[in-house]
Amino acid sequence: MAEVSFLTDDFLRQLMNVGEVDILVGLPTHNNAKTVGSIVRVIQSGILRGFPRERAVIINADGGSRDGTPGLVTGISIDDVRPASNLHALRTLHSISTKYASSPPPASGVAFRTILAAADLLRAKACVVLSPESANIEPEWLSKLLRPIFDDGFDLVTPTYRRHKFEGLLITNLLYPMTRALYGLRIREAYSPEFGFSGRLGSQFLGQNVWSDGNEGAGVELRFTLAAITGRYRICQSFLGEKDHVERPAADLVPALRQTVGALFSALEPNFPVWSAVAGSQAAPTTGVDHEVLLEPLRVNRKRLREMFSTGVAELGSVLQSILSSSTLAELQRIARLGGEEFHYPAELWVRTVYEFAASYQKSVISQDHIIQALAPLFRGRVLTFLMENRNASADDVENNIETLCLEFERLKPYLLHMWKSRE
Amino acid sequence: MREMIISELSQALHEMARGFAHFLPRLIVMLILAFAGWMIAYVVKAVLRSILKLIRFDKLSENAGASQLLTKAALPSATEMFSRFVFWVTWLGFILLGVRVLGILGVQEEIARFFLFLPRLFVAMFILFFGLLAASFFSRAALLAAVNANVPSPRVLSLAVRSVIIIFVLSIVFEELGLAEQTMLVAFGIAFGALMLGLAIAFGMGGRDLARRFLEKRFVRGKNEENEDELSPL
Repeated sequence: MAEVSFLTDDFLRQLMNVGEVDILVGLPTHNNAKTVGSIVRVIQSGILRGFPRERAVIINADGGSRDGTPGLVTGISIDDVRPASNLHALRTLHSISTKYASSPPPASGVAFRTILAAADLLRAKACVVLSPESANIEPEWLSKLLRPIFDDGFDLVTPTYRRHKFEGLLITNLLYPMTRALYGLRIREAYSPEFGFSGRLGSQFLGQNVWSDGNEGAGVELRFTLAAITGRYRICQSFLGEKDHVERPAADLVPALRQTVGALFSALEPNFPVWSAVAGSQAAPTTGVDHEVLLEPLRVNRKRLREMFSTGVAELGSVLQSILSSSTLAELQRIARLGGEEFHYPAELWVRTVYEFAASYQKSVISQDHIIQALAPLFRGRVLTFLMENRNASADDVENNIETLCLEFERLKPYLLHMWKSRE
Repeated sequence: MREMIISELSQALHEMARGFAHFLPRLIVMLILAFAGWMIAYVVKAVLRSILKLIRFDKLSENAGASQLLTKAALPSATEMFSRFVFWVTWLGFILLGVRVLGILGVQEEIARFFLFLPRLFVAMFILFFGLLAASFFSRAALLAAVNANVPSPRVLSLAVRSVIIIFVLSIVFEELGLAEQTMLVAFGIAFGALMLGLAIAFGMGGRDLARRFLEKRFVRGKNEENEDELSPL
């Protein structure tokens, strides 16, 4: 049994009243009153349709909402769903909400830890975590994320989505290709707010020393996926459908980099024995298609992206000098002077940039957080090139370009290994 | 008369010889202390140099911006500088102990003052080093935040942060050393005030257009431009 001292007495009491369960649905929230009601109904409907005979519980880990979110989660009865769906559950569906202790802003890592601890205590066979912001969640998502665990013995089910070709560019241009090159498994969404996992994987991860790093488990979703890969658990992907467009201002890029790239870089050192022995990559078993691309026109301020890249390279010269090799920096400075249509940040240079950042992060040449922040303007430059290359591209062309980038990450992996081994 | 002169001379020579006989052992003790001090200082220097290399002190110094200053002044690395400094302080301490043994009047007090000054010197050096480190860290943090927030003239902002911290640190260092305390206090007040006033005038008048553009971008046009750039990274 894992450490549960961070759970409140009241929460433990409620868990004990539930007993053991087959399915646990984790719902981390913070001021999600607008969407959480409909999402809880969808969850209940999904359980009624897909798992009427299983013992199930919804665990809401709330980060101190002031808009009544926890009340909405626990207040919705399954009877509200039954008349509409004409379905009947043979077991009681419990809903429990707990407020986890965290200094503001609420940390997703703490919420996930709470969910994992609950799953461990309730001996849940299969668990699913869902985002409280998914506006287009369907009841079928539960089956898609839980069935591979129940029926086929998988330990982790990551989603794949139908996305606009210019959405999730951090995933397509860095996270997916680098994770694939390092760990040899083609998982499209290694960092996702929706995923399913087995009780044994959850318990194993709960016992890992990832919670005491002072950042309250930032990027925990990615760490979880990496733990499943390095622990040789069975992983598959499941196509969920369209990912809703979450409004994220450009200023959110740095926090996103911290949560994803920071987690990916910091996992390199402990996982070195695993990733250093991997060459090439193989496809992960997938239910449905592993990607789908939407092509509607999207208005993007390319001039601003180019300006922010050029300003970043020019102003951060001294910072980049301590992170990048002189040849890479010189090449970036040359690109930064290019204007308009001439601008091109080639894949090879982008991969070298990312690998040199990863090596410098490990060496802590400067503060690790500063290294992550310094990547933001360069990422904007890469985004600009991706936008220009794929402006009129078809879905296949976009996929081919992503595949080319992935292969470049795999081809240059020895460069990262070389830097890693000669880091002293 | 002649005998008197010879007697006085021989007495003086005797006294000098007696005095020298008294002084010689003390001189030998002093020389032994100086030699032993040199040996100890040398060992301390070698050990300290190894420890500093082990903890990558040069890297810390580079991050603090101290290495750049040393390079510009054609001085050795921070590790070498600090090791040499400790060597000289240790050896000087032993030499002064030896001088004390000689029993020269008036020197005793100066030596006591020197030893009382040493802890303050070390504290001042400690403050200076970590002050430079803090200045470097916070100026880089300001630079990165300004670049990522697309704030105009990020390097000026970073330089201002660094300058304010360094001025503040220097004023503490001088106060710790007890050097021109009043002068430093006044100088700090003037420099800090002048910097703030200068920034206010530069932003308000010299950079009037820049300020207008910045504020417009931030509060008027910013929203439209942001909307055009809303690509979700995840």
